[in-house]
Amino acid sequence: MNVKYMYSFLAVIVLFLIAYVGTEAVGLQWLFGVLIPYVALAVFLVGFIRRVMGWARSAVPFRIPTTCGQQRTLPWIRPNRIDNPSTTGGVIARMFLEIVAFRSLFRNTRMKAKADGRITYQWEIFLWVGALAFHYAFAVVLARHLRFFLEPVPAPIKLLETVDAFFQFGLPVVYLSGVVLLIAVAYLALRRIFIPMVRYISLANDFFPLFLIFGIAFTGILMRYFSKVDILSIKALTMGLVSFSFPDTEVLKAIDGLFYGHLFFVSVLLAYFPFSKLMHMGGIFLSPTRNLPNDTRMHRHVNPWNYPVDVHTYAEYEDDFREKMVEAGLPVDKPLEPAEAEKE
Amino acid sequence: MKDLPKPKDFYSRLMHRPGSTDWMDTPVDIRKGMYCYAANPKSLNILSAPFARDWNPVEEDWKLPENWQQILHEGFKERLERFRSFKVFMDICVRCGACADKCHFFIGTGDPKNMPVLRAELLRSVYRNDFTTFGKILGRVGGARPMTLNVLKEWWYYMFQCSECRRCSVFCPYGIDTAEITIMGRELLNLLGLNIDWIATPVSNCYMTGNHLGIQPHAYKDMLDFFVDDIEEVTGVRVEPSFNRKGADILFITPSGDVFADPGTYTCMGYMMLFHYLREKYGFDITWSTYASEGGNFGFFTSHETMKRLNAKMYAEAKRLGVKWILGGECGHMWRVINQYMDTMNGPADFLEEPVSPITGTKFENAKSTKMVHIAEFTADLIRHGKLELDKSRNNHLKVTYHDSCNPARGMGLLEEPRYVIRNVCNHFYEMPENTIREQTFCCGSGAGLNAGENMELRMAGGLPRANAVKHVHEQHGVNMLACICAIDRAVFPPLMEYWVPEVGVTGLHEMVANALVMPGENKRETDLRGEPLEGMEGDTDE
Repeated sequence: MNVKYMYSFLAVIVLFLIAYVGTEAVGLQWLFGVLIPYVALAVFLVGFIRRVMGWARSAVPFRIPTTCGQQRTLPWIRPNRIDNPSTTGGVIARMFLEIVAFRSLFRNTRMKAKADGRITYQWEIFLWVGALAFHYAFAVVLARHLRFFLEPVPAPIKLLETVDAFFQFGLPVVYLSGVVLLIAVAYLALRRIFIPMVRYISLANDFFPLFLIFGIAFTGILMRYFSKVDILSIKALTMGLVSFSFPDTEVLKAIDGLFYGHLFFVSVLLAYFPFSKLMHMGGIFLSPTRNLPNDTRMHRHVNPWNYPVDVHTYAEYEDDFREKMVEAGLPVDKPLEPAEAEKE
Repeated sequence: MKDLPKPKDFYSRLMHRPGSTDWMDTPVDIRKGMYCYAANPKSLNILSAPFARDWNPVEEDWKLPENWQQILHEGFKERLERFRSFKVFMDICVRCGACADKCHFFIGTGDPKNMPVLRAELLRSVYRNDFTTFGKILGRVGGARPMTLNVLKEWWYYMFQCSECRRCSVFCPYGIDTAEITIMGRELLNLLGLNIDWIATPVSNCYMTGNHLGIQPHAYKDMLDFFVDDIEEVTGVRVEPSFNRKGADILFITPSGDVFADPGTYTCMGYMMLFHYLREKYGFDITWSTYASEGGNFGFFTSHETMKRLNAKMYAEAKRLGVKWILGGECGHMWRVINQYMDTMNGPADFLEEPVSPITGTKFENAKSTKMVHIAEFTADLIRHGKLELDKSRNNHLKVTYHDSCNPARGMGLLEEPRYVIRNVCNHFYEMPENTIREQTFCCGSGAGLNAGENMELRMAGGLPRANAVKHVHEQHGVNMLACICAIDRAVFPPLMEYWVPEVGVTGLHEMVANALVMPGENKRETDLRGEPLEGMEGDTDE
């Protein structure tokens, strides 16, 4: 057994139990329903901003884009304007595709070796599909949850729900996004557990957020389709959170512990976010190999901390070799001293 | 070469399996054939580099200064502030593993710590411990570990098993660039005097004599004079290169490797013949320099500061000679430095003019600030304008494939220019499979200062993916010549080919240009520059 994923798995179970027992048995609904979510959101916002500011404070001394296509050069050679951008527009297109379509990951290949040493590289799309499905499903689920924080529910959210429920099966009707999220997150976790090399590089920090998000999706699906929690009380609580007018303890107590487990998971995820690899969400925007144009031969990039360095000047070089240079017929700036010239 | 494992031993490592113990619990084994010798203290002293001393990587005691951990910690902190790339790359990796089988060193050695993600984790684990709250609280569970002697040795071993080729960064969804990690790792190691000699000695040579090989000015001129004789023997034309000449229009800078060793020497002759041709026909005016006699920059493999110290010679010499702009020869990392660093470090080059080809009138808009043009750009432009008389059939004995050098491919995007030139100077050109060329090109396995002799096993392993693709086109199309635009390639491919695909030779682009170039007043050519007889001499082709 691998301690890294066992620790993470156990941590998620324990987190759920804390919230479930804390509300069902100890009656700490106010703590798990109000206080912790607020604190978590504050930690998330402050932490996220501080992290991004921290990166922004570091200098960008050189322009080091990874060029993935033909440079802009002679007028008759067609440049690759997106993968090797030389303009801001090109960079924006590159970043846009990177962020919404995971363009670099789309290139992924898988190396295979045959026994005679022949090596092949095949296009490998599963990680890209899994990652894209995960992120988009999560985004849709998040957007759908806005209905808990807005009254009346805005039309775009309703439209999204309609599209998400396109297949019209089950009662209540099944949202595709939730199912896709659960499958995608399970795939990402299973590939970490079962592909030996990926397991080898994975840390507890990699399993924990996957299990946590699995927990969030799982408890959410349980509530919606199986345990049928008191949705009106929940909306009273969530509307109270956004309007700072909290419902009575009676209402909070009417909500099932399962919901508090779900909410606690979300709170933990928010608070954990700024201190973890999940910050790739912000970091991608600041990645110097992607967000800069390859134009440093056209426009000078300035390094804010560029400092003078010791160099071996031409004059020093000529002093070292003047005699030999003159002898070889190489031009010199300073002629040989008469004494040296005589030696020849 | 005879100490090397057999090909089947290399092949067996291609079945990648992780180690049986967690990577943090697997101590580094500094193995013969895989590492380079320690820097000679004399070389470090010339550069006033810290902690120059005799030490041996395989000995227990590395003779470190007492406060080495503190030096590293402070160096790390300083670099996090100076380089956003470093800070962001320390924070945002999700360990998806997409980079793993993109690395030629991982593919060839099967050593899990050669996966780019783990190479970075070697540093990241210490970063978490020293600079992040979670790392401090959670320790090992949070992927953090303190800096120990064992960790330091691991850094050293694996930072010198990366050639900074950036192939992994093409596939990384966040653009994490292992070259950047390795550059920082090596800078930190250099704070403790832990360079390898194959880098440190060329750097000190370059600093003092102007080139990595330590060729002194008179010897440099002598070597080119030999080529003048060789060229005359083949073509009957006597070319006249000029050196350190003030008032020339253009300064030419190329890696010194091409002056020194075959087959780079033929590329060097190619430049000389091209320049002579252009002078005779169009009055082209160019000078070589013995002071700025190195295009490459092993300082880049040491630290940003060392890179700047060596690179400074280019602009300084251009200014002293009063040229209009600079033309650069075929070299890999040289062009990453010129394209992405030079103007920033040592510019602005306001004493030069925006480069214009004196022959075609083409303005090199893409180089208007740096004022340095790549010779492949320059030659492609000449050919496009019909300024070169070329007899392609003189390269008919060659079946050519083209290796994109890592840095011009992924740090510049110089992909089409050399291909255009090749198609115009030879009749038989075959591309390697698409996942092994252009931005997905595989490193020669010896870049970033790893082209020493003592680490030959590492080089053969790292070069395996490239050699494998060459072998494929050799078997498919009978390819017998591997063309490249990098001096390190020209130095390291011959042994790599000899080991993996012995029937394939190595050439630079301008060697083939010179073979095809019809020089004014030349004798009928009976051999190519290497003295090998030409096939179908009267220009009849077999296609």
